[in-house]
Amino acid sequence: MKLDAKIPEGRLEDKWRNYQVKSQLINPANKKKLSVIVVGSGLAGAGAASTLAELGYDIKCFCYQDSARRAHSVAAQGGINAAKNYQHDGDSVWRMFYDTLKGGDFRSREANTYRLAELSAPLIDHYVQQGVPFAREYGGTLVNRSFGGVQVQRTFYARGQTGQQLLMAAYSQLYKMVRAKKVEMFPRSEMLDLVVIDGKAKGIIVRDLVTGELKRYAADAVVLATGGYSRVFRLSTLAIGCNGSALWKAHKKGAFFGAPSFTQIHPTALPQSSEAQSKLTLMSESLRNDGRIWVPYQKEDTRRANDIPEAERDYYLERRYPSFGNLAPRDIASRAAKERIDAGFGVGRLKNAVYLDFKHAIERFGLETIKDRYGNLFKMYRKITGIDAYKEPMQISPAAHFSMGGLWVDYELMTTIPGLYAVGECNFSDHGANRLGANSLLQASVDGYFILPNTINNYLANEMKADHPTTDHPEFVKAAQEVKAIIDRVLAVNGTKTVDHFHRELGKVMWQECAMSRNKAGLVKAIAQIQGIRDAFWSDVKVTGDSSELNTELEKALRLADFIELGMLMCTDALERDESCGAHFREEFQTEEGEAVRVDEAYSYVSAWEYTNGDFKLHKEALEFEFVQPSVRSYK
Amino acid sequence: MQVTFKIWRQEGPNDKGAIRAYEVDGLTEDMSFLEALDHLNELLVLKNEKVIAFEYDCREGICGQCGVFINGRAHGPLDNMTTCQLHMRSFKDGDTIVIEPWRAASFPVIKDLIVDRSAFDRIIEQGAFISAKTGTAPEANAIPIPKEVSDRAMDAAACIGCGACVATCKNSSAALFTSAKINHLNGLPQGRAEEHKRVAEMTFQMEIEGFGSCTFTGACEVECPEGISVINIAEMNARVTKAKFFG
Repeated sequence: MKLDAKIPEGRLEDKWRNYQVKSQLINPANKKKLSVIVVGSGLAGAGAASTLAELGYDIKCFCYQDSARRAHSVAAQGGINAAKNYQHDGDSVWRMFYDTLKGGDFRSREANTYRLAELSAPLIDHYVQQGVPFAREYGGTLVNRSFGGVQVQRTFYARGQTGQQLLMAAYSQLYKMVRAKKVEMFPRSEMLDLVVIDGKAKGIIVRDLVTGELKRYAADAVVLATGGYSRVFRLSTLAIGCNGSALWKAHKKGAFFGAPSFTQIHPTALPQSSEAQSKLTLMSESLRNDGRIWVPYQKEDTRRANDIPEAERDYYLERRYPSFGNLAPRDIASRAAKERIDAGFGVGRLKNAVYLDFKHAIERFGLETIKDRYGNLFKMYRKITGIDAYKEPMQISPAAHFSMGGLWVDYELMTTIPGLYAVGECNFSDHGANRLGANSLLQASVDGYFILPNTINNYLANEMKADHPTTDHPEFVKAAQEVKAIIDRVLAVNGTKTVDHFHRELGKVMWQECAMSRNKAGLVKAIAQIQGIRDAFWSDVKVTGDSSELNTELEKALRLADFIELGMLMCTDALERDESCGAHFREEFQTEEGEAVRVDEAYSYVSAWEYTNGDFKLHKEALEFEFVQPSVRSYK
Repeated sequence: MQVTFKIWRQEGPNDKGAIRAYEVDGLTEDMSFLEALDHLNELLVLKNEKVIAFEYDCREGICGQCGVFINGRAHGPLDNMTTCQLHMRSFKDGDTIVIEPWRAASFPVIKDLIVDRSAFDRIIEQGAFISAKTGTAPEANAIPIPKEVSDRAMDAAACIGCGACVATCKNSSAALFTSAKINHLNGLPQGRAEEHKRVAEMTFQMEIEGFGSCTFTGACEVECPEGISVINIAEMNARVTKAKFFG
């Protein structure tokens, strides 16, 4: 199968307009005869559901949480990028496009990335209109700050709660359409399979998480907006319920998986403190605007941070990357921290952290300014660690964070299954091998609000004539039976170990071999180990309770079963890519100074994996750079 | 560290429910409170018992999904934080810790410690939005909003919808929740067009959901993880009066 990204013709600046001019339209009276299922209610899902409903489609929206307002977009703290050039500092759509493409180490499509930058400015207009209380100057205009990998100020923010505020806007817009009876909302509902009829996505199988009942829903198109899958590492910055199951089920039904191993490790999370830990709390990257990262020059230094004199502090990011300093991109900042920690310079009780210090910023700007900028983050830090970071440096450590990889989508955000779309973090499109800070809220929103509502019509226009699916179709019956069989199988094992036990095992392997740095031998070993974990899981897991009730253990078990298989694909993908690019750092491919070595001649493509009876087959979408020349990414 | 958890167990909405005691060993001070419950659940699985159903998602204090009564206080012994932000270092070795679900008629128990807070969604549905369609927005800087106005809106908008305000209120009032949302939107120029309608409809929905009236004890602001002030309720009441005259 040849992968066609369906990139429109014309200059980069004209592509999106050229696409819209040519795409098919649907008469408003006909839109209400077409139904769309949206799985997920974060910025991408709620944005898509509410906007499609405004256009007149009949929408059903599903989320596993008790309310759409819990979606994990809520947790993004730092901000959202937009090429508004309000700071008059030389920003433009082109520069934002180039920063994003370069930040992703030239492993994303030019056309998609340009469109992301192009639609960023109207998105800020949109959110302001929806009542998002972005930070403002005294005169009433919007404020910006910087984020990693960028030398202009283009990040908009609402204290340290930007994601929450954007999600509240999206959620309230969603409920506006619930009230208008154009969206039917299904909270506490988890998609457990995709239904494909005659090669087209026509519905889903859902487990009602309260009653345990399996339900079938049919529609003319299905949109997945299910977020990232970094919980495959177990310890991550993600919400505990985040999972890859919807993606994985779609993958098994024929959707290709793009660049599964491209996973971002965030440099500024709180360090792990014990084996029982369930989650690593993220501290916003925005802290690197004013905070300076350092470790002592002396190994195993036992002095308190404040007792270590200035001359004995190694500000290693400023030393290695003088032009970007503490605002080096995430992949680079994480690897640099790992390098120092592995070399024995780590700080904290378990020697697994580095310092993030605000002493100089407080001296320069005053305590009040720092409180205004980051107050709630410092408060959160204190709640969790008991430490006052105004008085001594924070301790931070890298943690699994964002999935650049996801279902492969074309320019229309459609997967390789016609009628199945993937929006937001769950697709692979714009970020390449590394995402820049504050581009995640942006991509999720732009996908949901602006892009999908302008591309889905191109597909649905032809579905007008087709038969509308019904849930008694044999494919629905078959999918529901398969889901039931998996649930019964998990419950029947009745072994001796808990679901969390296997998740910890999987997490250890993934973190060791498929996170910040990878090598061939390690990945080969990891694949074998994960196969072992899979066999052990299916022969020795114990899940109590039954399937016809609210059963959180069963939910976890079903998600983990999919994570185990996804972990295998991630390692397979990382093993296949004999180069270092962005977050994918293969130890065999580095310079003497430890910088990544990209191999454009052989690997300038998006890997798109097809599921073939338990095995994975690689397809390649060659990346063609027509407008920019990929260069060696340097932040020195 | 060893503690005794006394936990509310209730099979379903129609079950009577009761407190059961569990002695749990092997905890550490670094563990979060919810991790201690995870630990207990793993022990229960190994003893072939059903796990305790409790809610959480982000575990960093922002999604609002977690929330239980701990020793008689919403979200536990400390002020202004979520259950997921509570750590075992706030307890002593040998402590007995009583855990119950939110108690409010408008938040019926689904199972064990999980309650149904969909009443909040229905309040939001009644006007907690700005009726502008995607694609109709003017340039963002076209309407200047002074910093103080924007900051005040942000203070109110910080609500995470956890329901601690309702749970801790002797009247089970949702006034803090509802007022925070009203003041966020009505305080901004974009929200003005629908201000009176919003106030009238949201407060009406709050009443038909069965939430009690506010008698200004201020209990809610002590437990609110975002520290949202009761002044919001006074402001909402003023807006209700204003809506009656001008709405």
